[in-house]
Amino acid sequence: MPLLVPQLAIGAADLAAAFLFLFGLKRMSSPVTAPSGIFVAGIGMLVAVLASFLYVFAVGDAAKPYLMVNVGLAVTALAIGGGLAWWAGRTVAMTAMPQMVALYNSMGAGAAGAIAAVELFGNAAPGATRLVVTLLGALIGAVSFSGSLIAWAKLQGVIKKPLRVKGQQILNALVLAATLAVGGYMVFVGESGAAPLIPMPHLIGLFFGLALAFGILMTLPIGGADMPVVISIFNAFTGLAVGLEGFVLQNPALMIAGMVVGAAGLLLTLIMAKAMNRSVANVLFTNFGAVPKQTQGAMTGSLKPVDAADAGIAMRYAASVIIVPGYGLAVAQGQQKLYEFVKILQAAGVSVRFAVHPVAGRMPGQMDVLLAEAGVPYDLIFQLEDINDAFATTDVALVIGANDVVNPAARTDKLSPIFGMPILNADKAKTVYVVKRGQGKGYAGIQNALFYDDNCDMVYGDAQAVLIKMIEAVRGLGFAAAA
Amino acid sequence: MAITGFVALYIFMLAAFAGWVIIGRVPAILHTPLMSGSNFVHGIVVVGGLFALLNASSVLEQAIGFFAVLMGAGNAAGGYAVTDRMLAMFKPSAPAPIASQKKS
Repeated sequence: MPLLVPQLAIGAADLAAAFLFLFGLKRMSSPVTAPSGIFVAGIGMLVAVLASFLYVFAVGDAAKPYLMVNVGLAVTALAIGGGLAWWAGRTVAMTAMPQMVALYNSMGAGAAGAIAAVELFGNAAPGATRLVVTLLGALIGAVSFSGSLIAWAKLQGVIKKPLRVKGQQILNALVLAATLAVGGYMVFVGESGAAPLIPMPHLIGLFFGLALAFGILMTLPIGGADMPVVISIFNAFTGLAVGLEGFVLQNPALMIAGMVVGAAGLLLTLIMAKAMNRSVANVLFTNFGAVPKQTQGAMTGSLKPVDAADAGIAMRYAASVIIVPGYGLAVAQGQQKLYEFVKILQAAGVSVRFAVHPVAGRMPGQMDVLLAEAGVPYDLIFQLEDINDAFATTDVALVIGANDVVNPAARTDKLSPIFGMPILNADKAKTVYVVKRGQGKGYAGIQNALFYDDNCDMVYGDAQAVLIKMIEAVRGLGFAAAA
Repeated sequence: MAITGFVALYIFMLAAFAGWVIIGRVPAILHTPLMSGSNFVHGIVVVGGLFALLNASSVLEQAIGFFAVLMGAGNAAGGYAVTDRMLAMFKPSAPAPIASQKKS
């Protein structure tokens, strides 16, 4: 230990950072304290990054000649990487949030993999334990890096269709086995001191190449609708990789932050998969689109189209309305108009609440964010378990751009692919209005029995256009009443 | 300070438990900001990247270290920016409109 003071300062800064991360995440657990939570965590990050420049006082002799260049490179990398990502994060549309998170996650995973590469190339990880941990972190980091990039490409629409080939599972398993074999051989060479069959740098390159390929192959066959779960898993993976590399670098702040995210990401993934009524393994290893189409019993009843203005006026005279928004609302950019309509209803004394399904949107909770963006107060937004019993005593359920999450088949039809999925009981309301672009099916590709129910009327059209008609109709009413 | 074997496992275990408990109590409304927030937290990897870059002693190590800091900084800065933006949008009802829920 050449200089004790920088070491102590770095240690103290990292301890402070770890505390601030945990405290910040804790504060993020309630909408009231959440904004300050991310701020607290941000301070922790700043402290840790600034303190890490104290490493310049403690570099090894080998790195001394490079030090000035390295510091310059570090500042440049921080400025470019941080600056570009900050700008992108500030300007991205809220609907594009899932792919942005995928992209940032890919970056973190890439960084973890790169650190492992530096350790491996620099031979800085002596001992079997550290070599194994480095390789494990490298594997997880590389898989999460390339996998997240594919997830981003899918959500962004760069890759349109899931790519599936025959024997994909076997191919993936072979690639993974090959990666592990190369890694195992590297540990064997490192431990026994035997001369490797091919030079070590080539082995390292091969290892990373295989791991990256596995990340790509693993993510390509998964459909776009399942991407939220995939991003969440990769988020947990990246946390794990960061934690493992933290051990290699002997940095407890990285270990703690990484492992906290690993566990949190795992829990979020499980919650999400449960809301979609699927196991995580099912998402990763089977293809939703490939579910054999069940021959469905013919729907009884008929679709009853109704005019948007009539539906709007009916809601004006209802005592209570529950709105079930889905991704179709966001696609039509109708959130602002929806809240405008809600405010008009509220002014007329109608009790209005929002019922949000856990997987509404392209990411769990994304619909909450989109509604918040439109200005909807969070105390009007209710989650499935808190509001489901209220539908039975509600006059009108307004379903906008949602389909599968209100399909009663999930409760009743054992043959349905979505059977068992928790749904919003919109069909229990006295009247149901469904705003829909056309007669198409939802993601699950199945008919929705709700639409054929006697108490259900269909309002066809783009969500935003329909809402404008509803607003006009109710406004016109108010004017007439006043006159 | 050397963190070896079981000490490392203790740190991992306690950290994993903390993460599980903290997230387990978050309402579904915050799941997206939280995923983004935890995404930000693993941006701490930039510190590891800085360590690797500052200790680099060959052009290859410098190149990979530069990449690590670039990516890590992107993760941290971008993660903060989007999380902060999302959380700033969550607001409660202004003058008690929830109380205006008329008789059902």
